Amino acid sequence: MSGGFTFAVLAVLLVASAVFTISARKPVYSVVGLLAHFAALAATYLTLNAEFLAAMQLIVYSGAILILFVFVIALLSSGVAPFSVGPNRLPRIALPAATVVLVALGFLVYGLTHATIVPPAPSVVATSVLGPVGDADVFGSVGDFGKALFTVQVLPFEVTALILMVAVIAVVLLTGERASHESPRRAAEVRRAAREAILRGGER
Amino acid sequence: MSDAFSATNYVTLSAVIFSIGVLGVLVRRNPLVMLMSIELMFNAANLLLVAFARQWVNNVGHIFAFLVITVAAAEAAIGLAIVVAVFRTAQYVDVDDVAAMKG
Repeated sequence: MSGGFTFAVLAVLLVASAVFTISARKPVYSVVGLLAHFAALAATYLTLNAEFLAAMQLIVYSGAILILFVFVIALLSSGVAPFSVGPNRLPRIALPAATVVLVALGFLVYGLTHATIVPPAPSVVATSVLGPVGDADVFGSVGDFGKALFTVQVLPFEVTALILMVAVIAVVLLTGERASHESPRRAAEVRRAAREAILRGGER
Repeated sequence: MSDAFSATNYVTLSAVIFSIGVLGVLVRRNPLVMLMSIELMFNAANLLLVAFARQWVNNVGHIFAFLVITVAAAEAAIGLAIVVAVFRTAQYVDVDDVAAMKG
């Protein structure tokens, strides 16, 4: 088994693409970094026998969410420079940010080396049979996942549907056509007032 | 078969990725990159769920990772809608200046 080697390669890919995502100068480069990250993560899921989730990761994240990001970048970047060209916050907050991250990692290392997590016996916990990735009805396959989703875990599934419906309504309300004001002139006044209110908030 | 598996490596990897996401939210001023950093954190949590599901051969972790993916999709849609709405009114998107709802 070369599981350790596979994990090492994937870990390096995941961390490198994550660092690239947050450090790239342009949002489009960040999207590319995130795409690489999601692809490596899908491969990681495959090594964890989660073949259905690996497919979902590629379809939902790489296929839907990232395209949404690309659309918004394209929409906002047409002709104007919408994003701040000023420096990032790094110089101002480098010390507190590094402290927060280091303390969190320190806690984790301490927990990992000192915790005594005793997992329940596999016969109690296991809900499915472990088998080679790709076989039918083994742990993580579509059949296994679907059976759990539509029987024992049907409540989370319904909640998911509710969340998506609320999100759709929210997005339509946020970006849909506004009700027209009495005249174009009045509409321009309202827009100007809203813009000034938004920008004034930052100087308080 | 499941006894040989240990989730420790995956926990560490997930923590490192989560920290990178936190750093991205703290450091960047571009709301789109901040949203992407939040996605990174979602994915770190997902990796944990899947790793522990594998350790205990229990597919509840997969179900909840799936739930997190849908929540992340909803979050991205709403976050991007807010960015677009702010841009429409202010013609400008900088998270430090958009403070109309500051308490």
